[in-house]
Amino acid sequence: MTAVLQTRTLVKRFGGLAATSDVSIAVERGARHALIGPNGAGKTTLINLLTGVLEPTSGAIALDGVDITRLSVHERVRRGIVRTFQINQLFGGLTPLTSLALAVSVRRGKSAGWWRPVGSDAAVAAECDSLLERFRLAEVMDQPVHALAYGKRRLLEIATALACQPRVLLLDEPVAGVPEGDRQEIFETINALPGDVSILLIEHDMDLVFNFARFVTVLVNGAVFAEGDVASISADPRVKAVYLGEDEARAGAPGG
Amino acid sequence: MLTLLFDGVAYGMLLFVLSVGLAVTLGLMNFINLAHGAFAMAGGYITVMLMNKLGVPFLACLPLAFLGSALLGALLEPTLYRPMYAKPHLDQVLFSIGLVFMAVTAVDFFVGSMQQNITLPMWLQGRLPIAAVGIGRYRLFIIVICALLTVALQWVLSRTRFGSRLRAAVDDPRTAGGLGLDVNRIFLLTFAVGSGLAGLGGALGAEVLGLDPTFPLKFMIYFLIVCSVGGTTTITGPLLAALLLGIFDVAGKYYVPKLGAFFVYTLMIVILVVRPQGLFARAGGRA
Amino acid sequence: MTAASSLRHRARWRWWELALFAALPLSWWLLPAQSLLLNEIAITALFAVSLDLILGYAGIVSLGHAAFFGFGAYAAALFAKDVMPEPLLGLAFAIVASALLGLVTSVLILRGTDLTRLMVTLGVASILYELANKLDWLTGGADGLQGVVMAPLVGRFPFDLAGRTAFAYSLVVLAAALFVARRIVHSPFGLSLQALRDNRLRASSIGLSVRLRLVAVYTLSAAIAGAAGGLLAQTAGFASLDLFDFQRSADVLLVLVIGGTGYLYGGIFGAIVFKLLHDLVSDWTPQYWNFWLGLFLVVLVMVGRDRLIRPWTWFRSAR
Repeated sequence: MTAVLQTRTLVKRFGGLAATSDVSIAVERGARHALIGPNGAGKTTLINLLTGVLEPTSGAIALDGVDITRLSVHERVRRGIVRTFQINQLFGGLTPLTSLALAVSVRRGKSAGWWRPVGSDAAVAAECDSLLERFRLAEVMDQPVHALAYGKRRLLEIATALACQPRVLLLDEPVAGVPEGDRQEIFETINALPGDVSILLIEHDMDLVFNFARFVTVLVNGAVFAEGDVASISADPRVKAVYLGEDEARAGAPGG
Repeated sequence: MLTLLFDGVAYGMLLFVLSVGLAVTLGLMNFINLAHGAFAMAGGYITVMLMNKLGVPFLACLPLAFLGSALLGALLEPTLYRPMYAKPHLDQVLFSIGLVFMAVTAVDFFVGSMQQNITLPMWLQGRLPIAAVGIGRYRLFIIVICALLTVALQWVLSRTRFGSRLRAAVDDPRTAGGLGLDVNRIFLLTFAVGSGLAGLGGALGAEVLGLDPTFPLKFMIYFLIVCSVGGTTTITGPLLAALLLGIFDVAGKYYVPKLGAFFVYTLMIVILVVRPQGLFARAGGRA
Repeated sequence: MTAASSLRHRARWRWWELALFAALPLSWWLLPAQSLLLNEIAITALFAVSLDLILGYAGIVSLGHAAFFGFGAYAAALFAKDVMPEPLLGLAFAIVASALLGLVTSVLILRGTDLTRLMVTLGVASILYELANKLDWLTGGADGLQGVVMAPLVGRFPFDLAGRTAFAYSLVVLAAALFVARRIVHSPFGLSLQALRDNRLRASSIGLSVRLRLVAVYTLSAAIAGAAGGLLAQTAGFASLDLFDFQRSADVLLVLVIGGTGYLYGGIFGAIVFKLLHDLVSDWTPQYWNFWLGLFLVVLVMVGRDRLIRPWTWFRSAR
């Protein structure tokens, strides 16, 4: 089994609170790996640790066996670890086209060019065209991002991540706030990603998890609670208790 | 040496009283108020006017300076400042620069640009014969008053309900509002008291720091140093920063007068580069 | 529209840009009597454009940009007095010196919040002021460096009292700087700066090295500000302490804000309006220009900066 992204006893403390406790997980090559757990379980913290937004208190992270614990955020992106944010993090003053053009340019190593205009590289433009098509952003490609509708912004969020051609894609609740009808479409796009892209997905919508994932890690209170393939996790009574307990307490609460 | 230390501590405590309002405003409303010095200047000029024109005794002027500046702050906060809190920092900077310019030129116009002098009451002049050199009475007075104020502030913050509301609002105004705290009233009171303290500091400092219309601009950088080095999440942070600043400035100007304030600016830059959140800031909260 | 055509469309020369570039030499030709005034405007414009690069494009709020302006002025003045009075070499020296200063100080603005950056930029300008003040054997101290006399430009055009050569000189430098800045702004690098400004977290999350870019743009901005300062020293004939003053940093900030940030030409429009207003108001109330300036700032911010350059929104209520 070839693990492409691995953590070893990762710990993150904020003062006295351990947001991440001794987490050792492995994301396999080509994985469709879901990360689930009740609210406050530390899922986003884990993603922040994996991407370098947060520094771990202790423990290590390795990509293809190479230790990357000390690498900065952008260096990890250059090595292929890309994420989307649960709350859209976009460039408000740019347009979908320029946002994607930038991401593509960075990936192609063209982002330091200071003399020739952005549109002069035909390959970059062609990639932008295809991304805009795939994510149905072509009609709004020149509108300022801050003026876009939420659904389009979410699509742009994911398109931006894909523009980086990730080897490991970390998705933090990709369909959060997206209307029912559009969710499936987003998932199909993610599903259509090449088989060698390894995907780790945080998601609350269980239907989507079970349709998409092949392996599940359950995180509770910052620690790994259970792991296994989809069938065994969905049948695990302890997992159900953790969720049922939470569901009962939040009966009627909207969202996931 | 001892005199230097003493003078530095007096200077530092004065800077603290002058700056604490700014630190809290920054921490609470996340507003960079470069015009803070104008409230200090107001207190100073109120004192000068009262003493020189109306013969009001010095001690009586101090609370009046506090009240005057506090009132000014209470008037300006809901009308001018409040709409600014949500604006980007650049706008806040421009706005407060505008206010400072207006205040400085207005004072120049009405009162003239000469430095204002006050005569301290007899019992505050001269030195007390303590230790070999003697301690300046006025500086001792400043230290005592400011120390009392600091203790009072700390007490209010940690022992009263207003204090805990204020601390909650500094940590997270949205949650505080959601819990039913009247955040606007807290802002108003805090801003008024902070301005009042600045005014008191201006009154106390008129003799030591020099009072003329350029006061807010001259000392702006010092107030900002106290806030950025001391952090804005505690009271003790700015206090320690102010003391550090006071001592180093006095010592620097004494030992290396050729360099003047260069020493202090460099120190500030070094500190901010090494610890951008300030020397004494608590983790969490906003910078 | 395809991506390629849209991007090309974005970078094309607008008619008013061409008109602006044409207006530069036209103003020299048509207004010979105003050369001194126009020269001041051109220098201020260049200074403001340099600030736009870091403020409008990279989002760095600086209260001490005058540090580079003054540094360039003193560098050029010292070069002319102590090395040789050749203007172009002196200007090159000023640019390189300011760029180095920018490079060194750029490290200081990388970390921290807006407040920290404000403090650090203010601190650097204050330090330079103090140094210029105290190192009087080099800088002339409070008197500044007087009597800077320049050799003829490219050996052929002496600097005349009417300022025609000076203005032409400044215009050429301004035009060159604008042209280069324009290429930068439309390039991938320029786009990455705007991304940095909008969302630093996202910028690093697509693989951009935030620090390197900030250092690069800060150095460039310092170089251009130094060029403006150098031009001032060379054309006015002196360098003085007030070039490092807070007032100078605040003024250039205001010039840029009046003209509008983030589209590169705001510095020019702002400089024109600011200078004209300044001369107008100073005739009327010479001492209290700052009061009206302050009032203008307060009103400007309360009404909303972006509405200034759209007069049709002035009397509508805010959205």
